Amino acid sequence: MSEDKPNLKVARRDFLSGVGIAGAATALSPVIPAAAQTPAQAKDQAKDQPPAPQAAGYTYFKPTEVEFIEALVDHMVPKDELSPSGTDIGIATYIDRALAGSWGKGDRLYMQGPWGKGTPNQGYQLPLTPAALYRAAIARSNAYCRKTFGQSFDRCSAQQKETFLKDLQAGKITFDGGLPGRAFFGVLYENVMEGMFADPIYGGNKDKIAWKMLGFPGVMANNAENVKQYNDGRRFIANPVSIADMS
Amino acid sequence: MATRLPPVDIVIVGMGWTGGILAKELASTGLKIVALERGAPRSTQNDFSVPLIRDELRYSQRHDLMMDVSADTYTIRNKPSETALPMRRLGSFLPGEGVGGAGAHWNGVTWRWPDHELRIRTKYEERYGKSFVPADMPLQDWGISGPELEPYYDKFEYTAGVSGKAGNIKGQIQKEGNPFEDPRARDYPLPPLVSNLAGQMFAKTAKELGYHPYVRPTANASQPYTNPDGMKIGQCQYCGFCERFGCEANAKGSPHITVIPVALRNPNVELRTYTWVTKVLKDSTGKKATGVAYVNVLTGEEMEQPADLVILSAYGLSNVHLMLLSGIGKPYDPETQTGVIGKNYAYQGGANVTLFFEGKSFNPFIATGGWGTSIDDFHTNWNFDRGPHSFVGGAYISVGGSNGRPITYRPVPPGTPQWGSDWKRATAKWYHAAMTIAASGAVMPNRYNYLDLDRTYTNRFGQPLMRMTFDFSENEKKINRHAAQVIGDIAKAMNPTQMGQPTPRLTWSVVPYQSTHNTGGAIMGTDPATSALNKYLQSWDMPNLFVTGASGFPHNSGYNPTGPVGALAFMMADTIRNKYLKNPGSLI
Repeated sequence: MSEDKPNLKVARRDFLSGVGIAGAATALSPVIPAAAQTPAQAKDQAKDQPPAPQAAGYTYFKPTEVEFIEALVDHMVPKDELSPSGTDIGIATYIDRALAGSWGKGDRLYMQGPWGKGTPNQGYQLPLTPAALYRAAIARSNAYCRKTFGQSFDRCSAQQKETFLKDLQAGKITFDGGLPGRAFFGVLYENVMEGMFADPIYGGNKDKIAWKMLGFPGVMANNAENVKQYNDGRRFIANPVSIADMS
Repeated sequence: MATRLPPVDIVIVGMGWTGGILAKELASTGLKIVALERGAPRSTQNDFSVPLIRDELRYSQRHDLMMDVSADTYTIRNKPSETALPMRRLGSFLPGEGVGGAGAHWNGVTWRWPDHELRIRTKYEERYGKSFVPADMPLQDWGISGPELEPYYDKFEYTAGVSGKAGNIKGQIQKEGNPFEDPRARDYPLPPLVSNLAGQMFAKTAKELGYHPYVRPTANASQPYTNPDGMKIGQCQYCGFCERFGCEANAKGSPHITVIPVALRNPNVELRTYTWVTKVLKDSTGKKATGVAYVNVLTGEEMEQPADLVILSAYGLSNVHLMLLSGIGKPYDPETQTGVIGKNYAYQGGANVTLFFEGKSFNPFIATGGWGTSIDDFHTNWNFDRGPHSFVGGAYISVGGSNGRPITYRPVPPGTPQWGSDWKRATAKWYHAAMTIAASGAVMPNRYNYLDLDRTYTNRFGQPLMRMTFDFSENEKKINRHAAQVIGDIAKAMNPTQMGQPTPRLTWSVVPYQSTHNTGGAIMGTDPATSALNKYLQSWDMPNLFVTGASGFPHNSGYNPTGPVGALAFMMADTIRNKYLKNPGSLI
């Protein structure tokens, strides 16, 4: 798997090419206030616009962490008839940006000690920001996988990955030094879901693929008429609109 | 050293629904009023515009409009034998911050709590005998009755633009309303919202089972509306970004588009944002408030604002915290069951079940905040015999469906994997085809559910955090199990392709969001030995201190709290204007 990596990376760069610097590229079309815009207009607007910009590469993860996180998101969100792989839809990029930014550095996290283990009902109690948690836990996950399966997580078989993740989720793994695996899994799983389903402006959900998979129409929603028409079990179909589409 | 500011007549602490109502209603006295808000100013145009506000990650996951727990939080535990630890992240409940408070990001559900809730001890003892209420449940009457509060509910509903259908106008039961509600003088200002497919299906089955479904009242405007102060409310667009978000269409009854701007038209009312009140100041007798101390959070400067009358109108939990930090009233002790501040803290119980209908589309994203079809047969219905169930209270049951936002809303049948291709297929298949029946359960007081000051952890100003000790007691477990059974039976009768297991709440965790209905801690009542405030929400210990909010509730109903929170604020304003200011001092 790892020998494929360089090619995959080139391919991904091609895949994401032409996107420039995040946030700078799409403020082209006139802004129509939501109240004045019909769903049809929103749909047209969505079609006309290029996808939200995404920058390739990583700003927080180090090379071994990139291997872990890409393998993880590709395992959780595999390429199939519904979407490209987790890496290719930007989930790893999303997590990297989240960890590099204020959330990853502990924004809105109470960080005063002393630090008690607490009960499950008392929630997150580690003295680690999300970024620090990933750093510590990825290294320990790889160490655990090497010890248990003879190789780092990214080189494990699909079955081994599945076993590791299920044990992590079930609280069966405490890493060397006492770090509880379940606390890591909780944050990780939430971040994978965010990377898949959040607005594409954050780096994941590329081409609104996860919204299309669900049939979620995105940020454009003037439904005062739709609510009367679509309450008989018929599906409301719309081409999803993202923040960048409307900016 | 704190800078001492020129004195004012009235200082209001916190500028959400109740602070806004008090400022507006008291402005006409001509007295100099200063309102202090620890968060930012907020306007629809700047803070809630599209597409900015339609960002699930920022507002729902990262809580952009909420209290910042890195600055101040609570320590939490389930029982006194545990060591309380800080709530390090928001989860279970989401207090607001900034002008408008939680009134900017609420869903809008607006109830009138019936007379039997307000006279709860009396009513249960009359009907079931004195031994029905367990010894560890300090159940108390509120000191007011339904008819006393009725005109103030009316004021709040007409101010906020509530959409709904009356069930009982002057004793006449109204078709399609809630037949169990108390008599009211007139209907809601706006007709009910459009009912969705899930609500219609639920209503049909509920009727067949002999229940009494109705479209529940909520401050999401079904039509454009101008309130009695001339403030304009837009029509709800069913955008699916309501709770946790501000409304770009001004279609959600919110203080920043109603009471607050009306109050601020008066030159005698001044709003200072970014001012964090740390304490109520007292004179040497300890019986009189002399003003408040606050920190300008933009500069760190400490200020003192002298005032003749102090109104605490922050989030309920913050009101209690300020009273504890200021040494007003005796703190509650669960061992001796003496003291009043921190007593009768309560929360919200319930149960829910998800139903899956293959091939049907509920279009979950076409939705609005307080939207829902409810039954009150096991809640406000006083004829529901609690005797065989041996619980006090009950649960109202609804099909809501406020959103289809995909980071959090992705229902799948039980047994579905949580990742991988099979997970994706199930997620895509059922996203449109699921609906949930939810019960919202009452929480009665328990002697061991209370608030006090933590001894270890501090906030950004070095003040002790407030400690919350709470879990569901036997009474609530009974309510929630009963509710789970009822919703399970209704679900089966709706004949879904698949359904989940009806799940009652049996223990409280701080992690998953449940409800921002934290009540009690500075409760109203008839006796200074067992309550912090009299029936006018005036401190028994300090007559020039009034305290608004759900902190005043002696117990929590299954109903959402904002209706009585708003009504009690209007009643307090009337009392201050017509009684207190004419003769300052204890009103009882």
